[in-house]
Amino acid sequence: MKKEFKIIADLIEKKSRVLDVGSGDGELMSFILNNISEDVRGIEISKSNVQKCISKGLTVIEGDAEKDLFQFPDSSFDFVVLSQTLQAFLNPEKVLDELLRVGKKAIVTIPNFGHWKVRLNLLFKGTMPITKTLPHKWYNTPNLHMCTIKDFYNFCDNKGIKFIKSLALNKERVLNISKNNLDTRNFFSDLGIFLIEN
Amino acid sequence: MNKFDNIKKLIVKDQLKLDCGKTISDFPIAYETYGKLNPKRDNAILVFHALTGDQFATGLNPVTKKDGWWNYALGKGKAIDTDKYFVICANVLGGCMGSFGPSSINSETRKPYGNDFPVITINDMVNAQYFLLKYFEIEKLFCVTGGSMGGMQVLQFVANYPNASQTAIPIACTSNHSAQNIGLNELGRQAIMADVNWKNGKYEETNSSPNKGLSVARMAAHITYLSKKALQEKFGRKLQERDDLKFSFDADFQIESYLRHQGSVFVDRFDANSYLYITRAMDYFDLNKKFDGNLSKAFETSKTKFFIISFTSDWLYPSSENKEIVIALNSIGADVGYVEIESDKGHDSFLLNVPDFLQALGNFLNKSYERLNEKRI
Repeated sequence: MKKEFKIIADLIEKKSRVLDVGSGDGELMSFILNNISEDVRGIEISKSNVQKCISKGLTVIEGDAEKDLFQFPDSSFDFVVLSQTLQAFLNPEKVLDELLRVGKKAIVTIPNFGHWKVRLNLLFKGTMPITKTLPHKWYNTPNLHMCTIKDFYNFCDNKGIKFIKSLALNKERVLNISKNNLDTRNFFSDLGIFLIEN
Repeated sequence: MNKFDNIKKLIVKDQLKLDCGKTISDFPIAYETYGKLNPKRDNAILVFHALTGDQFATGLNPVTKKDGWWNYALGKGKAIDTDKYFVICANVLGGCMGSFGPSSINSETRKPYGNDFPVITINDMVNAQYFLLKYFEIEKLFCVTGGSMGGMQVLQFVANYPNASQTAIPIACTSNHSAQNIGLNELGRQAIMADVNWKNGKYEETNSSPNKGLSVARMAAHITYLSKKALQEKFGRKLQERDDLKFSFDADFQIESYLRHQGSVFVDRFDANSYLYITRAMDYFDLNKKFDGNLSKAFETSKTKFFIISFTSDWLYPSSENKEIVIALNSIGADVGYVEIESDKGHDSFLLNVPDFLQALGNFLNKSYERLNEKRI
């Protein structure tokens, strides 16, 4: 399992109620189901991924996080997980609000557009950056609203969202993010992982 | 003497109060089973059939000598694997394959009930079939499933008996019949009743049958089971055994010939009055209304694990209506999964060889059964 999922799983309390938004092929959900909590649900937009989840015995509904979260009551999950997809929504702010309405806590991960390699790429090549976490070309990327760790941090801060835990992943290293080290973490990290609540 | 003499029947001695107010007792429910009930009695699946189905869900139907309606999904090594599960399927109340219905003989008049048969509902059908659980000494089913009207029965079953099944799979159905659904059913009923041989529902007394009307009803309904695309691809404007139009009302087009054939084979196996009664039961189905306009309430006390399946090209019970059930379940935090299967075969997809559907159905059942057994250890 990828490092990101291990970190996410560590943030989830045992036997809590979990919703994995954009559950993909169910890798994270399976791990949660077998190790952390039996009470885990997923919502996934791709039909083939939904089939994969069903074949793993996972409870998944086919749906679009942008449209279908409304059906879950307020605070109906202890944790709502959104891994590397916030930037792909038409309206990320609305989705984030929904995550924090449906979940008592949310775990959101952000591929960092502020990484130095991305910056150099654009500075010297003059073309849209392509990296391991951002493998698409400008014309076929699903990422409509790219942001940096700093952008997301400030965005949540301005909205009054509380950070319970803010982590930066740089290859295999996990470091804490705080207001004081935000610029450094934003420069060196591939991924930001945030445990937040309203 | 009777073609139904050699089929399995449970004679229900208990009284059953119907929604219409009448009470029935001493009535037959014809059923068939597949597979074996295990010693723990935890592997039973109750399958509900659709409008024109019957208890012979798979294998050869001994009465019609045709393949069972769910041959693709049900059987040894299939999605509903009869090597693992014990499957029960009953002919619905009001049906014409041996269960208590309008062609049953009224002991008072010694004639078939015809349209003196009480108007029945989906709720009545489900309650009648519930007696089978007692008969087989099954405390809790592993699953209830069915497509179309079978799916409606699944929903009604969980609403009536919230914890009588571990899992529930309503397929291609709705929680309430729409105006379009009712309209289409009314078209079929009017076709039957307009047939001079219907004789106010008493045709059996004179050994006649409103075959023309029933056949037209089936033709119209058959169109609604398919998608426009499927019809276009299969028939288009192709002509039937001729090179040019004949400037007549013969079946010039293949689609006409096909529908006429569907109508004519249908009347051999189905009773016109049963068609009236069962379509009426579907039209009356409104689980939302029964629970004060809030479908969620129907499932509030249930711990049943739901898996809902719809099909992209089904315009009779479209995905949007299936999703309403998902939404109602999610809003009360019920355990529900949902998948919309890509298929251009229309509403009939659930009866056909649609690999994605069969795979999802099989995987859900097998994984759920594994999990239930793991938990117990």
